[in-house]
Amino acid sequence: MAWTRDEMAARAAKELRDGYYVNLGIGIPTLVANMIPDGMTVTLQSENGMLGMGPFPYEGEQDADLINAGKQTITELPQTSYFSSADSFGMIRGGHIQLSILGGMQVSEKGDLANWMVPGKMIKGMGGAMDLVAGVPRVVVVMDHREKGGDSKFKKACSLPLTGKGVVDLLITDLAVFEIDRRGGGAVLTEMAPGVTLDELRQATEADFRVALQG
Amino acid sequence: MSRKIYPDAASALAGITFDGMTVMSGGFGLCGIPENLIVALRDSGAKNLTVIGNNVGCDHHGMWLVLANNQIKKVLASYVGENKILEQRYMSGEIEIEFNPQGTLAERIRAGGAGIPAFYTRTGYGTKVAEGKETRQFPNPDGTLDWYVMETGLTADISLVKAWKADTEGNLVYRKTARNFNPMIATAGRITIAEVEEIVQPGELDPNQIHTPGIFVQRLVKGTNYVKHIERVTTRPRATEGGNQ
Repeated sequence: MAWTRDEMAARAAKELRDGYYVNLGIGIPTLVANMIPDGMTVTLQSENGMLGMGPFPYEGEQDADLINAGKQTITELPQTSYFSSADSFGMIRGGHIQLSILGGMQVSEKGDLANWMVPGKMIKGMGGAMDLVAGVPRVVVVMDHREKGGDSKFKKACSLPLTGKGVVDLLITDLAVFEIDRRGGGAVLTEMAPGVTLDELRQATEADFRVALQG
Repeated sequence: MSRKIYPDAASALAGITFDGMTVMSGGFGLCGIPENLIVALRDSGAKNLTVIGNNVGCDHHGMWLVLANNQIKKVLASYVGENKILEQRYMSGEIEIEFNPQGTLAERIRAGGAGIPAFYTRTGYGTKVAEGKETRQFPNPDGTLDWYVMETGLTADISLVKAWKADTEGNLVYRKTARNFNPMIATAGRITIAEVEEIVQPGELDPNQIHTPGIFVQRLVKGTNYVKHIERVTTRPRATEGGNQ
């Protein structure tokens, strides 16, 4: 049985550590905000210029001057700070944000990530994704293991244009978890969703990986 | 009245727009955009514009108005979704888009305003963004080497920014996440025009809390009729009576 979106987010939440400053991408990574363990202090950064993101506002209390990078209305916390986009990406590029969790279209066994354009289709742009993967010391990608047509999204080499080369440390799919050495040491399978067999996983995966299952 | 203050957005732009000019405009999505100045830019009729900003408005809002009026030739942005006209004109080749990583765009504008012609960043190395650009290695603290891409600073003929409050000298204060690209864009314009919700007398803003010093602002106008359209209103339900929150 494949993991659900919530289960994938819960697995990603296990990467959080007390005191971390974290940037969460759009989609499944956003769900991680609701899964911060009790007693753990994690500060969420929004790259449009905010540290200390609060929850969505109550209906009627939304403020057009207070949005997150997904253009959603949010709220501030007592410890919130605001800053310019240049300061925001100084935090990101300068390695001050400890963890980035984002979505992907393709990941390679070398840790390359493609998640911003499909040739021939309308390009919306990379937003802050290229800066995040280039600057944040630990990058976790959460995505489905396969395309809707069944093709593996975890590949020997990405066929889509890259967002970053050698930038992914951990890949969480609906079928499994892989640790990736971004310096070229390859990928290691560490966890599988319940009921998934190694044979099934190899069938569903183009990338090469070693096996070192935990637990 | 301060020599910087203009009675409205149209007069603030009068005599300084021209065909083929480069315009920077602040905002992230529709948050913190200079609504009044964008309308005045459309009404100026200036054509073949190069527009630099994080986005180019979205359907029916913001810089979309200038786009829909056929005034834009080229765009530098990091994200251009939710904008059908831009999509059509990009796919048909009528408009050129230079996609910049968001942090690279912010830093290029900051550098341009600070007199820095170019800088190196790790962002985009090994991707399409680095194609045709100079690359070189620099050492990390541990002695290993990483590759970096040279990016150039950006300036504009006119910068349009939106702040919350200004004093009559053009000192600006932004509000919440409406700050975003506005402070850097204010520094990078040959002429920078700020529109604000309130203009106060010198001394009424705390000098310790000024975000953009007035030296960067040549023209100032009080905006009117703010729409502040929200792209995605997201809310949570209130706790039921007697419930814990």
